[in-house]
Amino acid sequence: MSMQHSGGPHRGGQIPSTFDSDKILGKVYDARIVRRLLKYLAPVKSQLALGASGILMRSLSTIAVPYLVAIATDRFIQTGDLGGLNTIAIIFVGVALLGWGGRYLEQLYLGYVGQRILFGMRTEMFEHLQRLSLSFFDHNKVGRIMSRVQNDVQQIQELLAGGMLHIVTSVLTLVAIASVMMIMNARLALLTLTVVPALAIVAFIWQRYARRAFIRVRRAIATVNAQLQEGISGVRVIQSLTREEVNSEQFDSVNREHLIANVNAARLQAVMQPTVGILTAIATGLVIVYGGSQVLAGEIGVGVLLAFILYIQRFFDPILELAMQYVELQRAMASGARIFELLDVEPEIIDPPQAIEIPPAKEIKFKGVSFSYTPGVEVLHNIVFTVNPGETVAIVGRTGAGKSSLANLITRFYEVDEGEVTVDGYDVNLVTQQSLRRQIGVVTQDPFLFSGSIEENIRYGRLEASLQEVVEAAKTAGAHEFITRLEHGYETQVGERGENLSAGQRQFVCLARAILANPPILVLDEATSSVDTNAERLMQKSLRRLMKGRTCLIIAHRLSTVTHADRIIVLEQGRIVETGSHRELLAKKGLYYNMFRALIAPGPELQGA
Amino acid sequence: MGFVKKYWKRLLLAFICMLASLAFSLAIPRLLGEGVDTVLGSGERSRLIWLAVAVLVAGALRGISAFGYTYLTELVSQTTAYDIRNALYDKLQRLSFAFHDQAQTGELMSRATADVEATRMFLGRGLGGVLQISILSIGISYLLVSLNWTLALLTIPFLVVVGWRVVIISRRLRPIWLKIQQLMARLGTILEENLTGVRTVKAFAHEQQESKKFSAQATLLYDEHISATRQRALNIPIMMFAITIPIAVILWYGGHQVIAGNLTIGGVTQFILYLGMMAMPVRNLGFLTNIFSRAVSAGQRIFEILDTESMVQEKPGAIELNGVKGEVHFKNVSFSYDSVAPILKSVSFNVQPGELVALVGGLGSGKSTIAHLIPRFYDVSSGSITIDGIDVRDVTLDSLRRNVGIVQQNTFLFSATIRDNIAYGTVNADMEHIVAVAKAAQLHDFIESLADGYETWVGERGVTLSGGQKQRLAIARTLLINPGILIMDDSTSSVDVETEHLMRQAMDKLIKGRTTFIITHRLSIIKNADLILVLKDGQVVERGRHSELIAANGFYQQIYESQLSITEGPSEDF
Repeated sequence: MSMQHSGGPHRGGQIPSTFDSDKILGKVYDARIVRRLLKYLAPVKSQLALGASGILMRSLSTIAVPYLVAIATDRFIQTGDLGGLNTIAIIFVGVALLGWGGRYLEQLYLGYVGQRILFGMRTEMFEHLQRLSLSFFDHNKVGRIMSRVQNDVQQIQELLAGGMLHIVTSVLTLVAIASVMMIMNARLALLTLTVVPALAIVAFIWQRYARRAFIRVRRAIATVNAQLQEGISGVRVIQSLTREEVNSEQFDSVNREHLIANVNAARLQAVMQPTVGILTAIATGLVIVYGGSQVLAGEIGVGVLLAFILYIQRFFDPILELAMQYVELQRAMASGARIFELLDVEPEIIDPPQAIEIPPAKEIKFKGVSFSYTPGVEVLHNIVFTVNPGETVAIVGRTGAGKSSLANLITRFYEVDEGEVTVDGYDVNLVTQQSLRRQIGVVTQDPFLFSGSIEENIRYGRLEASLQEVVEAAKTAGAHEFITRLEHGYETQVGERGENLSAGQRQFVCLARAILANPPILVLDEATSSVDTNAERLMQKSLRRLMKGRTCLIIAHRLSTVTHADRIIVLEQGRIVETGSHRELLAKKGLYYNMFRALIAPGPELQGA
Repeated sequence: MGFVKKYWKRLLLAFICMLASLAFSLAIPRLLGEGVDTVLGSGERSRLIWLAVAVLVAGALRGISAFGYTYLTELVSQTTAYDIRNALYDKLQRLSFAFHDQAQTGELMSRATADVEATRMFLGRGLGGVLQISILSIGISYLLVSLNWTLALLTIPFLVVVGWRVVIISRRLRPIWLKIQQLMARLGTILEENLTGVRTVKAFAHEQQESKKFSAQATLLYDEHISATRQRALNIPIMMFAITIPIAVILWYGGHQVIAGNLTIGGVTQFILYLGMMAMPVRNLGFLTNIFSRAVSAGQRIFEILDTESMVQEKPGAIELNGVKGEVHFKNVSFSYDSVAPILKSVSFNVQPGELVALVGGLGSGKSTIAHLIPRFYDVSSGSITIDGIDVRDVTLDSLRRNVGIVQQNTFLFSATIRDNIAYGTVNADMEHIVAVAKAAQLHDFIESLADGYETWVGERGVTLSGGQKQRLAIARTLLINPGILIMDDSTSSVDVETEHLMRQAMDKLIKGRTTFIITHRLSIIKNADLILVLKDGQVVERGRHSELIAANGFYQQIYESQLSITEGPSEDF
């Protein structure tokens, strides 16, 4: 599925568009990526060296075996030299021990190196994600980011831990075997190696098809996963609109494409087997005929012939391995490109170098603030207002008037284009984000809970709080009653997004969480919009307790929640159009009055609205 | 394993290919051994050429049959994976809400992707690999014994050692791999929640704690991987050593035998070549044990889903529900999610066609449950629900849900155009109808204001819609299926009052002739309802029209008062 960006250019933070392009899927070697990857090997240099020496030892023992066989045959068996044979047998055991040790070092240290890299990259990516601003998450799918942290990192680990060294050793082994063969018998060696150019040509043609097949597979996997994801997340809508059959058909078609792509790729990989097999047989046949004649002519010993036969076997194994590694290499390059693209996204909002910790604060000021999510489409224009310490100010307005944007600016989830937002006189851009957000509690309309117990979720507000404090907070929030009515009380596990609690119950838990954090400033962003009237009434009571002594900003489209505010600010298309208390605004008979009438009066009276 | 059975012909062919490739593989050392002896013995050149041709033919046939084997097993395993994926998708689409309430998206995804892949690997390379190495070991042992039994007796014990280590290592690795899978899943959940809950994380400035949590979990995973690595490092080199040492034995003891005249050099060659053939499969054993231990749990996790019976089942002879008039009758309906805490207790009511019903009540009073029972997202625990006198359990789910439209509390948009999202339930709807419902939902003007209009891409990577806009889109797409019964589960909560008011005017026309259930907090709507059901703790405590209920001076009266006290100016306790 191709990417569609109908939203136009977004405010920064979006992963570049190459993220999904096929360009990066096909590359086998990209020096820039490899250079960056190598940096991850630096901290594990000594383990890597041990692993590499292990590979060296193993390769040496592999190469030595045919040579020893040749010597044993020609020098000792044929001559009947029993003492020599004993010596060779002992040397042979030594070689086998060398292979053992080498393999041990290889397995242990390369395994260690791989896991280290995996761990390091994962945590680095996670920490990087924590630094990124909200705008990044607005524009990048959770599933997509997850696949980068999980699958792509895994892919790279396989390359760095084994693949790269295997390629190097395979090449080295090839060269070493060729050299030993040349030394043993140059003419026979050259004859054997005539098949290599043929293999090179085949491999060259093959890789072009393999690359295309591989790209097709990757694309098919992405599509299948996207469909699956939507099928699961949207299942409630799908069932209520009885779309199951259409979806199953659609899924079947992408699944089928996935199947065809994979079978194609598998066929291409499998085709290398007969190719290499036939070339091996040709080389072996040549050795038998020509080498055999030489033995008959008395030019070489039969042991040399034997060694050549064994070498040919060992010669083509690494070639086959290289062909298999080729696909891995492609995959790893693509993964590397995607990982670095993510790591290269600069957090849009960063603490300035001399950022200070803001002390407990109480006053909010907007000084001529303008703001846009998408450059050129301003959603707030020249906003000026002050919320005094301990005051409760409500922001009301229609959907899309810019209410939530205001809230996002106070916590500096986004940055203003013009003007300044200050908290107790500190420009929010000049203090650390951590200290700023500790001053401000936000309760949003979408109550998000982590999987874990209710207790853990409330404690998220202040990690060091005791159980008693958690219960106190729940009581203040008005959540204690329903929690204790649950079978497992505070130990009740809430699932992904707290699916087994109702929206209202989740909101109460979120409220308790905010209460526990005890922030001097409170922002309620449509906090009660997902609960019903009765629950709202309960919640209003706890909110009043919560608001006491704090500076509060209430954002609401439901006017019933704001009538008690000290001051109400009415927003319309990103501008402040009215300000005053509930009574003052009603008396004004302006926008607020009309909105309020619409709420309580039955329909037809409102024709003029 | 019914998935594999239907491909038995291909599997049989694959098996034959494997046997052929093994047979040809085993023939080659024998030919080479004979070649060596020919060179040393008769010395005929023509015989050498004949042997070379035989090697070539055997090599080619081995390559071709190996290709056939690899390709066929890949084909079967990929096709099986395709079947399993389809089956999983279908199943997940059809499992009732009760299942999805408990399940986590990331977890289900990992079953449908990673577990299917693990199963595929098992079928493609695991099973065949084990079969291949077993047959190869037996074949080689047989050939060695027939060649020279004393030498064979000295060699074969080493192969037994390899087999023994395989058993040991797989027994030790299995629990480690299980643990790794669990830890991976947990790490995935932490990541997913961190990403979906990013606002919460940032609002509480908990980025560092989150990193610590993630890093701690990643460390656990790392530790397990290291123990797996250690196991492999201990065992695989031993296995390789155990197949290298026999070569020394062959050279030494075989050499003595050759000198004594009991064995030819060609025979020694064959021994060495046969043992060399074991190297590759033994090296792959570590990989195979990994595949095996993963496949067991992966298979379990997949079949756990496939074997789950949907709580909501269609009756064998279910009939089509057509042209619903809209009479809805709840008769002593009780319901509980987990048979512990009842959510609804013996709820009965009767709704006439075309009536507007408002469901009113506090948190957890059972309003949404009633809304979910009518389209049969859950089944009643006892009692019955009938539509036009027909029990909802007697009709097909499809026909039921085509006649009962529900707009849910949480709005989900698909990554598609606005047009496709509106037409989600009515795939071949024409533009005229789409525009009509968009207008009714007060969404048309907004859509037209977008550069691409109805073709605007929405969903996570498209334009972001506000909560209210999403809800209106959800209303539009439900209206498009033109249901006889319409349920709105608090679906205008994010729509501001004025927009909703406009919406309602347009919708009055669309609601007309439909039975409508509405869960809302808006008094203005409730006042217009033909029937208000007041719910408390899963029971209908009051019912009637607004004026009647107010006159009754009961629970509804209280709620109404409280609503008014909020809307009509400051009260004293503030």
